[in-house]
Amino acid sequence: MSSEVLSYREALKSVREILFANVVMAGEIPAPTGDEWRLTRFLSDRFTESGLDNIANDEAGNVAGVLSGKSATRNLLVAAHLDKIWSQNDDHTVSVGVGEMSGRGVADNSLGIAALASLPLILQTLDIKLESNLILLGTSRSFGRGNIGGMRFFLENSEREIESALCLEGISLGRVSYTSLGMARGEISAVSKRADESADGVVGVLADCVDVLLKIDRRERPAATILVGGINAGSGFNVPPLFGTIRFEIRSESASKVAALEKEIIRTVGGLLSEKDVSVGVEMVAHRNPGRLRPDHELVKSAESTLAELGVETHDEPSISELAALLEQKIPALTLGITEGGHRHSPQESIVLEPIFDGLAQVVSVLNFMDKECPKF
Amino acid sequence: MAGNEEKIAKWLETNTFHHSEFWDMQELLRAKQEAGVTISLCVPTLNEEKTIGKEVIVFKSELMDRYPFVDEFAVIDSGSSDRTLEIAASYGADTYLSADILPKHGDKPGKGENLWKAIHQLKGDIICYVDADIKNIHPKFVTGLVAPLLYRPEVHYVKAFYDRPLAVSDEVRPSGGGRVTEILVRPLFSMFFPELSALIQPISGEYAVRRELLETLSFPIGYGVETAHLIDVYQAHGLGALAQTDLDKRVHRNQPTVDLGKMSFGILQSFINRLRSYGLITGTPDLSSLFRQFQAEGRRYEMIAREMIEEERPPMISIPEYRNRHGRK
Repeated sequence: MSSEVLSYREALKSVREILFANVVMAGEIPAPTGDEWRLTRFLSDRFTESGLDNIANDEAGNVAGVLSGKSATRNLLVAAHLDKIWSQNDDHTVSVGVGEMSGRGVADNSLGIAALASLPLILQTLDIKLESNLILLGTSRSFGRGNIGGMRFFLENSEREIESALCLEGISLGRVSYTSLGMARGEISAVSKRADESADGVVGVLADCVDVLLKIDRRERPAATILVGGINAGSGFNVPPLFGTIRFEIRSESASKVAALEKEIIRTVGGLLSEKDVSVGVEMVAHRNPGRLRPDHELVKSAESTLAELGVETHDEPSISELAALLEQKIPALTLGITEGGHRHSPQESIVLEPIFDGLAQVVSVLNFMDKECPKF
Repeated sequence: MAGNEEKIAKWLETNTFHHSEFWDMQELLRAKQEAGVTISLCVPTLNEEKTIGKEVIVFKSELMDRYPFVDEFAVIDSGSSDRTLEIAASYGADTYLSADILPKHGDKPGKGENLWKAIHQLKGDIICYVDADIKNIHPKFVTGLVAPLLYRPEVHYVKAFYDRPLAVSDEVRPSGGGRVTEILVRPLFSMFFPELSALIQPISGEYAVRRELLETLSFPIGYGVETAHLIDVYQAHGLGALAQTDLDKRVHRNQPTVDLGKMSFGILQSFINRLRSYGLITGTPDLSSLFRQFQAEGRRYEMIAREMIEEERPPMISIPEYRNRHGRK
């Protein structure tokens, strides 16, 4: 394998313009969660041009195509999520500089989508013909309330049994995710019962809620984290907001710990505010069950040893994205990062171009392994 | 006058296209093969490091690597002080310094100089010019302009226009050019060349032209090049040789008003030169080439005067090196 993956890296440079153009074009198409159809169309066109079989959009908003294998009895899956955190009206312009690109969503997940779109050409360039069918899947509804709905729908409804899978994320190279954390996401909404401007509004109540979230004991084993990811209220300077929300996320390797914390938050927040002029509700919007491959699983070893051959340091990084749905279904799967980058989820999100070829060489090498060794869960 | 209106209406119907008519790349490749032509793409640059990389990546990938529609892609630079050429070359474009092309003929400042020298440097039967400052670059900027030349042998010069709705009311959307077009160029065309007023954005920097026409055109080297071309093509071949394609939306940097003043001065010089050479105005005195603008600092007002002479390059067909390189007698 040693010389093979290095030779992949060099050979893949011949597809750099097509790959980079796919990043730019995928990057400039808005794809808010649940409204990914423009990007689906782009990917569908790319699949068509690559001669994939069975190209189809499903009712969840996913797009899939099949690169038929030589024996065509087994099915491998490579997936990348289509949605971005940005709204349709945000500026999606991608800037190309010397050795890097930047712009909204370029790392999460335009590069992942571009790699997916380019994969048939990549395999053709490397003269690789897989024994297994390779299903390429662009998934919808990954973020937030989307609750990885696209991947879940695909796995629940696909007529093909998936033997093993890879999820592609733009950053970071060296990332090998083989565990998914248990997770619950919720939104606390506070609404003033009074409509007059002399009311205090919901700010004090929101502050109390944040206090509750921060003070809940999460140190007790098994460990958990509670992250306050967003606080929204008000529209100006001089009017107290009458409505506000707090978004939070609970993560733990233990599903029961997540469930217990979720219950505690709902109970505490509800009880704390019963006497105020504000009504408060907690809505849980997304859940993941924890799952994992063993650290010494052959698929994990394959990814790590490939990175070592490429001289890239491995870092284990638990995932809460599509990998969770795959591991829930007992499908051996990894999430791999393709290149280095930064400013994730900011308008200046960036990717470094040269390491992309390491990342792609790793993807191909692991795919080869999946095709030959048929790893089991 | 009624004749003009009728002619314009007919031309708008037959010679105005939308890029979506040419979405099918396989069909375009077939048409290109049937027409037996080669296509060169030229991007003139001066300090465009922010946008040139993306243009090169998108055009090279989509129009050369994936579909062999463009045979040659060159960036011709006026001497950028930033990393324009380095970036363009790093993503695979052929790059040239304008000063290095036809060096015996000297080097003049201005975008028109790059466009003129491109005719000598590039080999294609059709040359498509695309400005480098487009943020939302897409293959349609080339295919939409070249395609009418593949399907319509009588068309020689295809100009881009962009949908800029100024207001939306019922079903009617006023399509407008930029400020210089609406305040200067279209009124001038309406007075002197009414049929040319049908070109929605006559000074847009994106157009595709057949070489046999391009080599016969003289080139103002500055702001007047597009206006002069349209007048010359119209005078020599009529409105039917021109076409325009709607490329929908073009996102680019907005120029400050003082720069638009300079642009207008250059266009006006070329325009008046054309009026004189076609005998449409006579007896005008020599006009000043000093363009005056003013700036204020507190209560102090200062005049900024700039000598602007819209020089012209002769038709490329008159240059011996060109005739030699391209086999013209």
